[in-house]
Amino acid sequence: MTVKQTSRLSQAVQRIKPSGIRRFFDLASTMEDVISLGVGEPDFVTPWNVREASIASMERGYTAYTANAGLPELREEIARYMEGRFHVSYDPMEEILVTVGASEALDLAIRSIVDPGEEVIVVEPTFVSYAPIVSLAGGVCKTIGTKKENAFKLTPEELENAITSRTKAVMLCFPNNPTGAVMTKEELRQIADVIERHDLLVISDEIYAELTYEEEHYAFSRLEGMKERTIVISGFSKAFAMTGWRLGYVCGPEDIVSAMLKIHQYAMMCAPSQAQHGALEALKNGREDLERMVASYRQRRNYIVKSFTDIGLSCHMPGGAFYAFPSVEEFNSDAHEFAEQLLLEEKVAVVPGDVFGAGGEGHIRCSYATSLESLKLAIERIEQFTSSRK
Amino acid sequence: MDAKKLEVLRILEENARTDIETIAKMTDQSEEEVKAQIVSLENEKILLNYTAVIDWSKVSDQEGVTAMIDVKVTPQRGVGFDEVAERIYRFPEVRALYLMSGAYDLSVVIEGKTMAEIARFVSEKLSTLDPVISTTTHFQLKTYKHDGVVFEKGEGDQRIVFSP
Ligand SMILES: Cc1ncc(COP(=O)(O)O)c(C=O)c1O
Repeated sequence: MTVKQTSRLSQAVQRIKPSGIRRFFDLASTMEDVISLGVGEPDFVTPWNVREASIASMERGYTAYTANAGLPELREEIARYMEGRFHVSYDPMEEILVTVGASEALDLAIRSIVDPGEEVIVVEPTFVSYAPIVSLAGGVCKTIGTKKENAFKLTPEELENAITSRTKAVMLCFPNNPTGAVMTKEELRQIADVIERHDLLVISDEIYAELTYEEEHYAFSRLEGMKERTIVISGFSKAFAMTGWRLGYVCGPEDIVSAMLKIHQYAMMCAPSQAQHGALEALKNGREDLERMVASYRQRRNYIVKSFTDIGLSCHMPGGAFYAFPSVEEFNSDAHEFAEQLLLEEKVAVVPGDVFGAGGEGHIRCSYATSLESLKLAIERIEQFTSSRK
Repeated sequence: MDAKKLEVLRILEENARTDIETIAKMTDQSEEEVKAQIVSLENEKILLNYTAVIDWSKVSDQEGVTAMIDVKVTPQRGVGFDEVAERIYRFPEVRALYLMSGAYDLSVVIEGKTMAEIARFVSEKLSTLDPVISTTTHFQLKTYKHDGVVFEKGEGDQRIVFSP
């Protein structure tokens, strides 16, 4: 590429590294009969009542823009849900914003609070968008790699050590993608004490809050003193199997939410109307389907983790989300190489852990949101692969 | 019922061929525990059978016909509907029999090779039973879904191989 061509692009976008998953995607798409454990979304199709409600909204002619912040009924339903399910109350008209996926909400949150040069602490391994979003906003990303010994939970010491005078906010994601780690109320309280002491903001991505298998999720904003400094990010993609609908939401302090709304109304106008009508149905009548899906993920989690242990892969029991995160260090310290060879030799697609940042090295992310038959076959193939490398 | 035992039932209801080892892993139990639960479910006559759902319309010469027959009967002193029900379900061609609320009493699901064969069953065997007052026969034209299974092929997994 010549200098002239690259100079057409902004410095900001050139600073962003290309996606680490892209290469595997290109490789896998040329192959047949690949069993994919690389998918970061539910294997359920959106429940029919939700699809039907969305179709019905179009039949009735709801095809126009909605309010910028989202349908008032939907915001009210989200407020009821947050209160009923996680015991935090938000004003639907001032403190809730409906977005195009949690993805947009994350971007809006960062753009609303970060000035160039300010630091944002990103707790990794985590969802791939955080660091690029911070960097695009001119912020400086400070990463903390959580550790396997701590079951990939964040410790207050780790947080304390990463804070400087320029730190503005901390991005948390529990239950975590890719590790499945969850944090208890007590563990979160210790984090909150550090946050309070340094007067920081928190962006808490709780999109997997419904997908926990041991203990109920404890919302970060439910901790005393945290609601006024926490931006809760969530959405319908994971809990309600609605990834393609592109619908998320944010709950947070009024001043920050209205700043986010300011960007949202210019960049996006509003979230898709059809998706909002579907989401309304999901919140009103989706509990039974949600519980059925959670029960099924739990069974598959148990199955894959026990099977990994049986074939000699060391894997902690993830408390939430739908990912197992075994260590492959024993076979190859380079998880990228491991994943690539596994794909080429045994046609099993997994994602190398370092794609998700610090702390992910030597691990692979295996999504168990796929059929039991595929999981069985994948485990047989992985065993074949690892036993030839012992 | 014990939550784990219920979970085993649900897994088998979904796929009766799920093996013990897999069920044990899925439910976080030992294989012995699962075996014991299945034996007890069988003994209690809760878990009755392990059958397959088959689309016979795709098997040549085996298409057959299925009919649902609404039957009105006079209940009998002391035994109600049970005695006549038993006389009906003992016929091997009866696949299912339900006592219903509403306009009629018994719903009989019957399978035969031809419509004539079913007509013969109704006129010769069913209508001739003393307590039977009347019958209405409905033939099934097409199966869309049976026992929770959709018969036409679905769309399959639409997801891309990798996503973050
Ligand atoms: C932790 C996390 N946050 C956000 C998202 C994006 O979700 P959405 O589909 O709502 O944009 C994902 C999706 O993989 C995720 O794993």
